[in-house]
Amino acid sequence: MSTLLLTEDETMLQDAARGFLDGAAPVSHLRKLRDTGQTHDAKLWAEMAQMGWTGVLVPEAAGGSDMGHAAACVLAGELGKTLVTSPFISTAVIAATALRQVATDRARDALASIAAGDVIYGLAVDEGHKHDPEGAQLAARAEGNGFRLSGTKGFVVDGGNADRLLVLAKTDAGLTLFDLPADREGITRTGQNMVDARDAATVQFDNVQATGDDVLGAVDDAMTVLRPALEAGQAALSAEMLGLSAGAFAMTVGYLKERKQFGVEIGRFQALQHRAAHLWSETEITLSAVRHAGRKLDEDPANATLAVSLAKARATQTAKLAVIEGVQMHGGIGMTDDFDMGFFMKRARVATEWLGDYGYHAAKVAAARGF
Amino acid sequence: MSEDASETFRTEVRTWLEENCPHEMRDGASGEDAIVWGGRNWKFTSDAQKLWLDRMADKGWTVPNWPVEYGGAGLDRAHHKILIEEMREIGARVPLQSFGIWMLGPALLAFGSHEQKLQYLPPIARGEVRWCQGYSEPGAGSDLASVQTKADSDGDHYIVNGQKIWTSYADKADCIFALVRTDRDAPKHLGITFLLIDMETPGVTTKPIRLISGKSPFCETFFDDVRVPKANVVGTENRGWDVAKHLLTHEREMISGGGQGLLGGRALGAILSAQENGLSDPVLRTEAMACEIDALAVALTLERYKDQAESGGGVGDASAMLKYAGTELNKRRHELMMSAGGADALTWDGKHDGLASDWLRTKANSIEGGTSEVMLSIISRRVLGLPA
Repeated sequence: MSTLLLTEDETMLQDAARGFLDGAAPVSHLRKLRDTGQTHDAKLWAEMAQMGWTGVLVPEAAGGSDMGHAAACVLAGELGKTLVTSPFISTAVIAATALRQVATDRARDALASIAAGDVIYGLAVDEGHKHDPEGAQLAARAEGNGFRLSGTKGFVVDGGNADRLLVLAKTDAGLTLFDLPADREGITRTGQNMVDARDAATVQFDNVQATGDDVLGAVDDAMTVLRPALEAGQAALSAEMLGLSAGAFAMTVGYLKERKQFGVEIGRFQALQHRAAHLWSETEITLSAVRHAGRKLDEDPANATLAVSLAKARATQTAKLAVIEGVQMHGGIGMTDDFDMGFFMKRARVATEWLGDYGYHAAKVAAARGF
Repeated sequence: MSEDASETFRTEVRTWLEENCPHEMRDGASGEDAIVWGGRNWKFTSDAQKLWLDRMADKGWTVPNWPVEYGGAGLDRAHHKILIEEMREIGARVPLQSFGIWMLGPALLAFGSHEQKLQYLPPIARGEVRWCQGYSEPGAGSDLASVQTKADSDGDHYIVNGQKIWTSYADKADCIFALVRTDRDAPKHLGITFLLIDMETPGVTTKPIRLISGKSPFCETFFDDVRVPKANVVGTENRGWDVAKHLLTHEREMISGGGQGLLGGRALGAILSAQENGLSDPVLRTEAMACEIDALAVALTLERYKDQAESGGGVGDASAMLKYAGTELNKRRHELMMSAGGADALTWDGKHDGLASDWLRTKANSIEGGTSEVMLSIISRRVLGLPA
């Protein structure tokens, strides 16, 4: 396997991404969207497409840049540092990975649309308050040559802005994944007022018609297509959370160096020094797990479950620590809405729940390690 | 290394190991009883143990990454990794472990003269001379640069007087690398010299210290008018702190799990499965999962830093993080194993032979080689740039 260091290409990608995002989407960009009641910036998304980011996992034959999962994680990490609002993970990572598992013309066209930045996907998998794809209950009843879908999906990230939805449904002998236009008759989307000010919707399916063409992969066998897609998303989300942790940590260390109390910089106090050093250690350790997950998805995707769940488990813990310490070490100002730390805390909480929380992924690690 | 070259090397290694590793040395044993420390007075427990060491030493594979002229095989990390993988594959024991390999060797490679390297490194590689580390003193623990053991100039010799403490295996070692004060007027970091001393020199005595684990791996070492040639200085007189710091980074990597000596491998999962009710306790199970997750991530971090060192990037002060994280994790792991063992783990022998002793021993991990708190202070100042 390749090393856990960034390659030259990845370093260049990282530098370019940081340079662009510092100008186009600092944290104030998220604040502006929130204050104007928006959850998407079409211009930003188009620029991300132009730079090849939306096509990061799309084959070159379909117009993508096909840079791989490690590169997708690099991008997600940079997006995380300034809490950039975009459907990157749901569309460019999860949907693209799902569509790549399928060798149909329709899938190739959809991949081309993703690379071009022409489509936004939402992932309609969860129903309860915890991630549990295998437990999906939304029914797709066979009818003639097609299906009728009825039920409700919740926490559909980017579902409000989505043009298309990946819908996991229960069929006669298993689970089936559908790729449906979001405006198909019978689909009702209700945007949720999320704490992180980003897009997530509840989506109702009322006798929605689907054909065999709408099925992604094989009927009753959703996981062949969905598992790699979820794992790709989980790895990228881990990278986003690590980026978020780094962003919060940089603010915190900066504050320790400038804030004075008792006549000295508070960074002189050993109680705070050691907590900051511990937090840095945690981010360094999580970085290794995140890099490893990206490499594993690129080089041995059939056996990446352990690596990916390790990354997500670690990333949730590190992000939690980074934002809690971030607020505490900033003191009162950290509690104010005028200050950015709260945005980091809220995004960390949402990202923790999306695609499986610590307990979900810890159980996967334990199973893989034979506990 | 190309795919082809690496496969060729792997085949060579596999064939050689198959022909040369005695069957008794293929049990994968890594416990204290299986370790060969070497030295003038070393007693091999079997002919196979000696044969295995000699054959590996002839190949330069006791220190595979050292230059050939100093007893190594000059392997880069990719080749070294293949060798380790192939040894693991057949459960081959590590033929030789020592502080000479882990600590003094790297320091000599960085700071020693060519003559010193030729004199000291090959005997370490062959397991002929066993070294110990004379750093801490009763008055210089975390504040290591306060060492008071003095070396006064006397022609082309020093006269050394003072006391070291926590000298691991001093009673079994042939030689000691020690920090001594050669200038009492200079600022404390600038009056220290890194000196090599033969333990058989008149005036050197040792006394084992019995620990809470029931064992005595550490000693007090006394120097009473000990004459040491000035040729035994590594680096420059009064600049021993540079050597000491370099060596400490290697020591930290070793303690954090980079070496195979101190943290040798009881697996948490194995103990859990050995206890019928070990897995049925949901609290223990949860804590064990969390520990396993962190252990895997720390292992990957060690891997990443090795990649970085290999690429020439250097690890530097980040080794403090590896030491901190690795040792705290090891303590946590042993607490869990003791919980899993329950009453069965409370005897000095019995079902989990030696676990109680190991558990107690791990408490020193976050003290030796710099305490966890010292590590956090190093990170805080040198990595994060917080004011002192």
